[in-house]
Amino acid sequence: MEHANPTFELFGMYGNWSNILMLAVTTLIVFLIAFIATRNLKMKPTGMQNFMEWIMDFVKGIIKSNFDWQTGGRFHVLGITFLMFIAVANVLGLPFSISYDGVLWWKSPTADPTITMTLAVMVIILTHYYGIKAKGMKGYAVDTYLKPMPFLFPLKIIEEFANTLTLGLRLYGNIYAGEVLLGLIAGLATSSVFGFVGAIIPAMAWQGFSLFIGGIQAFIFVMLTMVYMSHKVSADH
Amino acid sequence: MSFDYLVLGASGHDGLNIWDILATLFFFILLMALLKKVAWGPLMGIMTQREELIASEIAAAENSRGESQRLLEEQRDLLKEARTEALAIVENAKKQGDASREEIITTARSEAIRLKESAIREIDTEKERAIAAVREEVVSLSVLAASKVLEKEVSEEDNRALIEATIAKAGEVK
Repeated sequence: MEHANPTFELFGMYGNWSNILMLAVTTLIVFLIAFIATRNLKMKPTGMQNFMEWIMDFVKGIIKSNFDWQTGGRFHVLGITFLMFIAVANVLGLPFSISYDGVLWWKSPTADPTITMTLAVMVIILTHYYGIKAKGMKGYAVDTYLKPMPFLFPLKIIEEFANTLTLGLRLYGNIYAGEVLLGLIAGLATSSVFGFVGAIIPAMAWQGFSLFIGGIQAFIFVMLTMVYMSHKVSADH
Repeated sequence: MSFDYLVLGASGHDGLNIWDILATLFFFILLMALLKKVAWGPLMGIMTQREELIASEIAAAENSRGESQRLLEEQRDLLKEARTEALAIVENAKKQGDASREEIITTARSEAIRLKESAIREIDTEKERAIAAVREEVVSLSVLAASKVLEKEVSEEDNRALIEATIAKAGEVK
């Protein structure tokens, strides 16, 4: 049950080979899906092209519910990539996990807080960047920290950190919890014949549910990204 | 069973996983850049292209609809015109037919009258001629008869005058 991580130290900085491996696998899978789906593009879409176009329209819908397309269009690529990257990362740990010598190698990369927090911090930094770009330094500072009331300034500061934390930890918590429960069910299944029979139904139910959670969490992540982005970029918020 | 491994950040060392952070950023940004180049860009391109195609198709359909409407109107007008023209032609023909019928009838009628008149005239002439001939015959017969009866007493001239007067009187009585 108890897994160690394949950590390493290089130039005084720590790393986790398992995380890096799974990130590479996620990147490769997302790239292959998107790459294969967009070969041989046609005016009249078929098969995989339909699927990709559906994803694009889906993200477009998320963006349009937060900004007008004129300002929001430039985040389209970011949104689609996030959606697919996180969805694939979330489901990678579902079918199995691989550990070798008590070291966990195969898991969802999003079941690691370092990775989800990195993505969350990246999103928040991007929102501040685009906020400054859209409104200028002064407009950004006033809109972000002094509205609606100047005395709410401390709360606004806290809000920024809270947003970052919740964005990253929500994703991490959901996926990690799913993996822990799957691990427990797998432990039950390998304990005895009765355990295996008893574990079939919960395992299937929980995998199906985790698949659903994985999709939902990807959607929520993209949705919140666009919400925070529109708070910083749009003038009327 | 120990749940220590559930604790956040229980990765076996105290430092932050800087390499993980760098790897996350690296892979994500690499993926976004690559996909923008090979997948999203072309896909967005074709979607925009399709939007334009649809818009232009709609415009073209609108155009041709207007065109066909116009042509239909034109055809309808032409048909109406042709119909009135045909009616006029039929009317004309009927009128002309009526006129020529009248003319033929009139001609026939006048011809008949003329024929009848000439026939009557001919009959009258013939009648006159026949009466004159009969009268002549009667006179000479009477003269003959009287001369046979009276022989010498009356000269032929006196006798003739007498008889003619008698016959004329008889003609008046008749």
